[in-house]
Amino acid sequence: MTDVQNGRIIKVAGPVVVAENMIGARMYDVVRVSRENLIGEIVELRGDRASIQVYEDTIGIGPGEAVVNTAAPLSVELGPGLISSIYDGIQRPLDQLVAAQGSFIRRGSAIPGLKRGITWHFTPAVENGREVVAGDIIGQVQESTLVNHKIMVPPGLAGRIDGLREGDYTVEDAVATVTNSAGGKTPVKLMQKWPVRQPRPSRQRLNPNQVLVTGQRVVDAFFPIARGGTACVPGPFGTGKTVVQHQLAKWVDADVIVYVGCGERGNEMTDVLREFPELTDPHSGEPLMKRVVLIANTSDMPVAAREASVYTGITIAEYYRDMGYSVALMADSTSRWAEAMREISTRLEEMPAEEGYPAYLGARIASFYERAGRVVCAGSPERQGALSVIGAVSPPGGDLSDTVVQATLHVVKVFWSLQGRLAQQRHFPAIDWLTSYSFYKQYLPDSFEDKQMGKEFAEMMQQAMTLLEQESQLVEIVRLVGAESISAQDRMTLETAKSIREDFLHQNAFHKVDTFTPIEKQHEMIRLILHFHQAGLAAIENGVDTGQLFKLPVREDIARAKYLENDKIEQVAAIRNIVDEQVRGLYAAAAE
Amino acid sequence: MLKEYKTVSQISGPLMMVEGVDNAKYGHIVDIELADGSLRHGQILQVEGDKVLVQVFEGTEGINISGTTVRFLGKPMELAVSPDILGRVFSGTGVPKDGGPRILPKMKLDINGSPINPYARDYPNEFIQTGISTIDGLNPLVRGQKLPIFSGSGLPHDEITAQLARQATVRGKGEAFAVVFAAMGITFEAAQFFINDLTNTGAIERSVLFINLANDPAIERIAAPRVALTAAGYLAFEEDMHVLVILNDMTNYCEALREISAARKEVPGRRGFPGYLYTDLATIYERAGRIKGKKGSITMVPVLTMPEDDKTHPVPDLTGYITEGQIIMSRSLHRKAVSPPVDVLPSLSRLKDKGIGPDKTREDHASLYNQLYAGYARGKEAQELATILGEAALSAEDQKYMKFANAFEARYISQGYYENRDVMQTLDLGWELLSMFDDVELKRIDKKLIEKYMPQFRKK
Repeated sequence: MTDVQNGRIIKVAGPVVVAENMIGARMYDVVRVSRENLIGEIVELRGDRASIQVYEDTIGIGPGEAVVNTAAPLSVELGPGLISSIYDGIQRPLDQLVAAQGSFIRRGSAIPGLKRGITWHFTPAVENGREVVAGDIIGQVQESTLVNHKIMVPPGLAGRIDGLREGDYTVEDAVATVTNSAGGKTPVKLMQKWPVRQPRPSRQRLNPNQVLVTGQRVVDAFFPIARGGTACVPGPFGTGKTVVQHQLAKWVDADVIVYVGCGERGNEMTDVLREFPELTDPHSGEPLMKRVVLIANTSDMPVAAREASVYTGITIAEYYRDMGYSVALMADSTSRWAEAMREISTRLEEMPAEEGYPAYLGARIASFYERAGRVVCAGSPERQGALSVIGAVSPPGGDLSDTVVQATLHVVKVFWSLQGRLAQQRHFPAIDWLTSYSFYKQYLPDSFEDKQMGKEFAEMMQQAMTLLEQESQLVEIVRLVGAESISAQDRMTLETAKSIREDFLHQNAFHKVDTFTPIEKQHEMIRLILHFHQAGLAAIENGVDTGQLFKLPVREDIARAKYLENDKIEQVAAIRNIVDEQVRGLYAAAAE
Repeated sequence: MLKEYKTVSQISGPLMMVEGVDNAKYGHIVDIELADGSLRHGQILQVEGDKVLVQVFEGTEGINISGTTVRFLGKPMELAVSPDILGRVFSGTGVPKDGGPRILPKMKLDINGSPINPYARDYPNEFIQTGISTIDGLNPLVRGQKLPIFSGSGLPHDEITAQLARQATVRGKGEAFAVVFAAMGITFEAAQFFINDLTNTGAIERSVLFINLANDPAIERIAAPRVALTAAGYLAFEEDMHVLVILNDMTNYCEALREISAARKEVPGRRGFPGYLYTDLATIYERAGRIKGKKGSITMVPVLTMPEDDKTHPVPDLTGYITEGQIIMSRSLHRKAVSPPVDVLPSLSRLKDKGIGPDKTREDHASLYNQLYAGYARGKEAQELATILGEAALSAEDQKYMKFANAFEARYISQGYYENRDVMQTLDLGWELLSMFDDVELKRIDKKLIEKYMPQFRKK
């Protein structure tokens, strides 16, 4: 290997800097630029010239200044202390930056991702003298009340382990030594490093065949996402993309959540920062933050770091997956990530493909989503982990033919299509039931403890979807000829479809009960709505007037069923009896 | 010692190439002295070896290759600030334009600013009463928010921004806003309208104006919002003032940016705008906000005109993705003489839920706007249907909703530019309009609230 030499800047154009005399430099090596010590990454090599994308503002940088090659790719530090942290796009802790630099982000900081000063109590899980391989769990640290952090042998290392002892260690202390067959000794620390652009290894990929429950009715019932699956949420601004992402982050049934705010609004990120610590985890009652890692690279922060932020996020997520956890990663928004790629590409004077995006856009998006999945983790004990990825896309003007949307739809298996029209009607979440899809629907029945109930639920949802489909056609006819000219049965269909929309699909994220609906309650709610439908159809057969039917007071109970406490599902079921009672009451009137 | 160069090698559009330069730095500013002794200003866009590309704020007209001297000042563009900037008028680059003296600087600030650390931000949750029902009632504005007005040519966005500047206040505190106004490429009349309005109400004493008119150099518009926000940042975070920043008109800013991009022969994105337009706009809009531990705040109302009222045009589109909502002006309401003609349905304040509620406005606020909104959406559909089929063909229910929509437009939306409605008045008006419906139809409002508030309006 040639010695790595330091170079000299010859060109500065926005976030891209070109340096010469960069002999021995490799693609994606991290460099330090100028006296200001700005962090950058090599993205192009021509002879001894390297183009560098700089993760910080380059104002005041000029030719002649030094570029120091660290000869290592952009990496993150993985170890205890990640949970509850808030990082920028290249894993600098934002809270510590405030302490060090004040309210505004200055350049050239070098605070490491994991705190050095604090100690963690380490408990070994294997005996000294054992042969270990990469991925083996050798011990654990209680990182937060919700996350038991497994310490694993880093990838690429194998041999006999020695020196394990229970005690308090910092992330840099050696907790054990691994001696390989050639006698080489390597210390194992609580912390390991991993290059962000490279997927972490696992033993085997599995089919994602379990549904991830989110408590969001339209998602769980119609368009579920699988554990280890991928989903995409495109929609024009103002359709509640971010609220959907926040809701999923809050309620999704995963052990660890990684939330990447990529090019997001500063105030929105502050909302996350302020709200998440106050939220309680519905599964444990502990603060939600105890299982969350936040990455915030707001839109005014340097564009190159935005490009890196999704990789930083997914690498951290993979690390927890490797411990055998179910991890969910939310990226909001991948369009900003794509735009960052485009901006860098333009500055590199690359030949653009569609809409100025680089030709490798599709490949980058695909390989990002492909890092999701359910896997058998490397090493022992035998365990399975899952990484589910949910990406928001912000297409210009809400146009779904947008390059980024199309490239994303190529790879993801769930599509939640947000519609401006629904948002305008204040129907939230504004997920369009007619155009969205999910390939994981088939696994839905298995997510119920009671399999029979699951089957029933899937059947009812199919029936509900049929009603909605019929509605979309009937509405056109009604528009033209008026509601009076269609049959009573069709009017019933319209009324039930409306009830499905308003009483089931519509969900208020800010209502304390409605914000999360357990799947059993969802089952009961849809059963109730369809029960009224059946009872109504029967009544119509018996000559009951639809006007009277639709005015029954029980309909208000149906509408308010979503606000009934989640642990009192029997109250929802009880409404069915009221339906029967009141509908039967109409028979007498009809007979007269 | 500042070195002077007479090595201009190329001038093209707003750009100038200087060669043989030592030690030039990206983003720094230059002074350009013309052969006739007049002075212009520029900023370095790119440095490659000893070649420097400069954008000239005042335009390149009259600059020649041989007689021009360029001085590299070795610093980024700065604005001299002190409390004395209040009540003054400056150019888009911060040069006094009112004949007054230069500002004796208390400090000099880099106009590019630095990103606010998201961790240091304080969440905007203080309700601002604007006295405009469509904003206070349906899309409440909070301190530290950025809420743009999407307008079109011929629509009264000047009137509504003036009304905002005049009436905006935090309820119960009576604290007034300092106003920072940046005009970018607007007409003399539009600027004068605003200045007169401020003068008439005496608000000019707590205002700072940065004026770049339509006939001023276009490239100066690139600096104008940044200069204005630097002044706003100083007033908010150093002098503890609450600042309302009005940027009018951002479409002109984006066009100036496009001009530079085209001159640099960059690969254009949509409609010829550069691919980095989003990032560039974000560095402007994101300077609004509140910071933990600081008393002041920056609330921003950018105005932009949508070409052909097209919301999907890159400027409104990208703006909408950065700002916390948008207020959209409606041409059809304007024709119906509804003023201010706020198009309620597509307008949105993302932070509305943060500024309202029992302690801030009233407990029924959130349910009320949801219900009004849903009712109006339904009524609008009925209105459209009626234009196709005739009113008589509508069902009784549709007719009721249409009646509601008409009343809503005439009484709730329409209020004129000089009526300052208290938010309680706005809320009560909402109930009064909703009393047209039976309780059962008000699905978005909690039963208890209906029982508490509705009876007094039903009697009438």
